[in-house]
Amino acid sequence: MSALAGFRVIELANERIAFAGKLLADMGADVILVEPPGGDPARAFPPFLDDSPGPERSLWWWHYHTSKRGVTLNLDRPEDRRRLEALVGGADILLESEPRGRLAALSLDYDDLKAVRPELIFVSMTPFGRSGSDAPATDLTLLAGGGPAWSCGYDDHALPPVRGGGNQGYHTACHFAAMSALTALFWRLSSGEGQFIDVSMHQAQNVTTEAGSYSWLVARQTVQRQTGRHAAVVMTQETQMRCSDGRWVNTGVPPRAPADYAAILGWVRELGLEEGFPEAVFLEMGGAMEKPLTYDRIGVDDEATAIFMAGREALALIAANVSAAAFFVGCQRRGIAVGVIYAPEEAFEDEHFRARGFQVPVTHADLGRTFRYPGAPYRMTASPWRIARRAPKLGEHNDEVLGAAAEATGAAAG
Amino acid sequence: MDEPKGPAPQALAGVRICDFCGQLAGAGATRWLAAFGAEVIRIEDPVRQGRWDILRGIGPFVDERRGIEFGGGYNNHNVEKLGVTINLRTERGKALLTEIVRQSDCVTENFAAGVLERLGFGYERLKAIRPDIIYVSNCGFGQVGPYAAFKTWGPIVQAVSGLTFASGLPGQPPAGWGYSYMDHTGGYYMAMAILLALIHRKRTGEGQWVDLACTEAALTLHGPALLDWSINGRPTRREGQPHSNRSEWPPMAPHGIYPCAGDDAWVAIACRDEDDWRRLARIIDAPWTDDLTFASLAGRLANQDALDAQVAAWTGGQDKFEAQRALRAAGVPCSAVQTPGERIDHDPDTEGLWPSVTHAAMGEVRVDGLPARFSKTPWRMTRGAPCLGEHNDTVFGRLLGLSGDDIAELRAEGVI
Repeated sequence: MSALAGFRVIELANERIAFAGKLLADMGADVILVEPPGGDPARAFPPFLDDSPGPERSLWWWHYHTSKRGVTLNLDRPEDRRRLEALVGGADILLESEPRGRLAALSLDYDDLKAVRPELIFVSMTPFGRSGSDAPATDLTLLAGGGPAWSCGYDDHALPPVRGGGNQGYHTACHFAAMSALTALFWRLSSGEGQFIDVSMHQAQNVTTEAGSYSWLVARQTVQRQTGRHAAVVMTQETQMRCSDGRWVNTGVPPRAPADYAAILGWVRELGLEEGFPEAVFLEMGGAMEKPLTYDRIGVDDEATAIFMAGREALALIAANVSAAAFFVGCQRRGIAVGVIYAPEEAFEDEHFRARGFQVPVTHADLGRTFRYPGAPYRMTASPWRIARRAPKLGEHNDEVLGAAAEATGAAAG
Repeated sequence: MDEPKGPAPQALAGVRICDFCGQLAGAGATRWLAAFGAEVIRIEDPVRQGRWDILRGIGPFVDERRGIEFGGGYNNHNVEKLGVTINLRTERGKALLTEIVRQSDCVTENFAAGVLERLGFGYERLKAIRPDIIYVSNCGFGQVGPYAAFKTWGPIVQAVSGLTFASGLPGQPPAGWGYSYMDHTGGYYMAMAILLALIHRKRTGEGQWVDLACTEAALTLHGPALLDWSINGRPTRREGQPHSNRSEWPPMAPHGIYPCAGDDAWVAIACRDEDDWRRLARIIDAPWTDDLTFASLAGRLANQDALDAQVAAWTGGQDKFEAQRALRAAGVPCSAVQTPGERIDHDPDTEGLWPSVTHAAMGEVRVDGLPARFSKTPWRMTRGAPCLGEHNDTVFGRLLGLSGDDIAELRAEGVI
């Protein structure tokens, strides 16, 4: 049984909060996605199936609305507002990211809906929270104002700060919305009480910056962005290297342990590179050390410095002679933590993730096709993640969902 | 809204976590639980003085004092937790841990794969101690699969999962993430997994093991790009990509981070639709905005380099906060790229987000709060991270019922 089987979630369709609904839906919640009769604007977001636009062909829509059922309601009409109330009457959680004041104007805000359903957990997730500013915002502007962009970019500060790709500002806010909903749901199981939760997307970014925030909070220090590595108060050494195939790797923390130096020397020899690498002698000395190098000796003690530098240079030499993928696996098999910088699709096809079953087939019976979707973020052995169904078509479940809700409350289904 | 009367209840009161989590990828998860009232007992190694968590001893520091009780990151990530020391190399240490596990709802860790098993506390053993135990392990590549033995930390997870690649400008190396985005986010997934497992157990009585691989959680964050690949065959590794300050899905233009007057000063502007573009054009008030090339979204997208150059020429003469004020007033999404000091100390929209906690050695320190206001069960952060073994007497005495003499003996024998 999936962890949230039997719980019902009402999600008022909005691109900002779609991911929070997916996180709950793929764990078994019965998420009812409520769209206006003309469809949510995100149905027009590319990419499209076979690059051919259409309201049922957005792959953006397909991804963010898996496992949900869909209904259409025109909340500007009183009879549809009553239908929404009827739905809420049987719901556990409501997710919304509507423009400020809209739900209050429709008499559908928390104070209205808790009269219908006292146990309701009402999660409002808005750009600056219910009591913050009412400025318009997008993923880009949230990441810019909330801290992440200040820390991302290049050593060259003539280049702009960079937004991390992939809608991550919305994702971060949705993670907090989902954690909030689950926390409130756990409490409701014992207390029987619902509550109102006000998530600020701007604040969510602000507490997702690692040392960006706490360097200031603790020591009033300001981190500076640096190419492909942690922003820091001081400039640090580069960690990205280009391999023989032109692709990049992240070499992480430079080797300091005797076993690392011995392994690197072995690899240099295997590749036949020792001849042209006089510093190999320092790798040999490193391999014979009794203890790892400590940072306080580097730059102070000549021998320690030579060993440390030889380790870095040997990795650069190896990188220049092998592909990025071979460098990654070769280092890791030798116990050295580095990472290949994959494009997302390259990770998706990598043998490790395939072996773990990350690619999940989802059948679109209406198209007579089955597609490979990204899979589970965590492996829960007793209450597994799964995609229950493809994203809903516009109004696909109007009859079964709205009809049942009307029956349950004795209202006319209209 | 609901107004709590008297002390507010805590959503996770009564939940006990036997916690081996460190760094941020793990500690960030139990941090959320502790703020909502879970009793999180952090277990550390007295022999290595808890230095497995390197954040114990590294900056930022509040003053000139150094050492394992002064790491600013450690304090930030471990507020409201209890700290005990147990030497698991000893039989008596193992017995103490066994007793804590028996009284816990959940065991959490983010060691490399297989480490807890080698310490004698793999899932089978935990289940033997307490049949309904929830065990959540969090590591880079998960406990199974060809790379299970590979080592990672945040930047490696981000590299292998595509997040580093997806962040950058054309013609440049990957910009990646200037912090461990996936340590934060891995922690969020771990917190969700723990909560889901607690909900499942409350309803069914059944415990379980959750295998969380940070790289896999990260890979879920590229959904539309992965479908564009698996369905349309279009890779993100292609000419002109990535260009992550622009917006492909949905397409928007102008959309970017532009220079402003002053040193390293920038502003982000996003025009969602034609209305936003017209409002921006009115504020810029220059003849080029009437250029027919820019009259439609298709035209602006096709000529985005030229468009960006024009917008940048305008922003270059503006103060970043003045541009933000003017564009927001007109209804255009816009934000200054804020420095830490600006967003923490001068931004009214982060008020209440930075609580002060009391740390036994460091004193009063501000930390990251949580971005969610609960009407009935608010989060709470008042106590700083534990010093090494700070709660040995409390936990071994109150929870395990040991006497002061017992505890003194354990300490003398190097068990705690």
